[in-house]
Amino acid sequence: MEIGWLLTEAQRRARGEFAAFVETQVVPYADDWDRQEAIPAGFVADLAGRGYLGGLVPAEHGGPGLDQITFGLLSEALGTGCAAARSVLTVHGMVIRAISRWGTAPQRDEWLGRLAAGSTVAGFALTEPGAGSDAAAIAATARRDGTGFVLDGVKRWVTYGRRATLFLVFARLAGRDAAFLVERDRPGLVVAPIDGLLGARASMLAELRFQHCRVPAAALVGRPGFGLSTVAADALELGRYSVAWGCVGLAQACLDATVRYTGQREQFGTRLSGQPLVQRMVADMVTGVAAARLLCYQAGRLREAGAPESVPATWVAKYFAADRAFRTARDAVQCHGAAGCSDAHPVQRHFRDAKVMEIIEGSTELQQTVIAGSAYRLRPDRAGAA
Amino acid sequence: MTGVPPPELRSQIRSFILGYTGQPELADDRDIFTSRLVNSLFAMQLVLFVENQLGVTVADADLDLDNFNSVEAITSFVERKRRGDAGR
Repeated sequence: MEIGWLLTEAQRRARGEFAAFVETQVVPYADDWDRQEAIPAGFVADLAGRGYLGGLVPAEHGGPGLDQITFGLLSEALGTGCAAARSVLTVHGMVIRAISRWGTAPQRDEWLGRLAAGSTVAGFALTEPGAGSDAAAIAATARRDGTGFVLDGVKRWVTYGRRATLFLVFARLAGRDAAFLVERDRPGLVVAPIDGLLGARASMLAELRFQHCRVPAAALVGRPGFGLSTVAADALELGRYSVAWGCVGLAQACLDATVRYTGQREQFGTRLSGQPLVQRMVADMVTGVAAARLLCYQAGRLREAGAPESVPATWVAKYFAADRAFRTARDAVQCHGAAGCSDAHPVQRHFRDAKVMEIIEGSTELQQTVIAGSAYRLRPDRAGAA
Repeated sequence: MTGVPPPELRSQIRSFILGYTGQPELADDRDIFTSRLVNSLFAMQLVLFVENQLGVTVADADLDLDNFNSVEAITSFVERKRRGDAGR
């Protein structure tokens, strides 16, 4: 469903620019990036040079200060071309968000300009071998040492970790969760590439190993005890929002490819587009993409307004968009038949990427648990009780 | 919003928390976190509520559970911020 009528003139214009960029700079190369399991540094520099990568950096710190809807449209556009490229935008934006919102004035002054320019690219280091959806189980530690802190532990699945030069790292400080900004070249930090992923293969994941890694006192973001519930949670909300829009883009790309392919492919003397069972799949794709996009738009409007309702709205949007992205990609492969199983067609990449979307930034099962829990808390027989 | 007198402010905060928990009532001094009335996912919604509905900015220096763990604590925090007191 077209949502142009819901957008401002500036948002419509930005969307057109994003689409043209993705069509010429992402789509022709994304399959190669997937095979090579890497995004060219030059592409990320281009993303930064256009003001896209650091789009969320506020104007007072040298960024474009994109509104939430425009940032969502950017995530959607990148999602149509390459989930890995969208992932880099997402995590970079998450760290920008954390520093903008919870960083000290010196931290904002030191980092936001660089994150806007792309001279620093950021990674988000929360997940550990023993702490995935259960983020509270993180075991990495920080201890005070002289005027700073010493970090120890392992972080896994860090998007763009192979190349990022700044990491937002979560660790336990005297038993309380805390967030730290750690430069890649800090002694005691080893970055190990992770290869062989199912999807989003070009997102250049890495494992970070901290061994007596010393950081200054100024590296602490927010207050100890609020690293997870506030700094990480806030950043993850943004991440969830960006991934949701990316899923809309991924599903749209699958829908477009399916309509194109089935409109040309003939079997049994007729085009696939004339087959009722194919039409059913296409109808579900159209409906799913339209609904997901509207849920993302709703979440974006609420986020822009700073409304508390933006939090549950974003969970619903991410859950639905990821679910529909996977269903749409699955059906797109089905409609393409053997061709859809070949890497000559991007639908197989979208299918693998869509599976990853159901896991990152809150697994589908975690979203279901939270959404259902909310429904039970607010069940109708309790309405008006407050 | 900023001119809301304390009793109404307290009531507004209580209503917001009850709206999340679905519970019928809530004592003003009850610790909403240690009593597990809310979970960590509520924290961001609470911050957004305080900022956008009550009109005060929550800075990193304000991140202290003592500012947010009960209706009474949140009311006191908002009143202090409105008076221009920095942190606790």
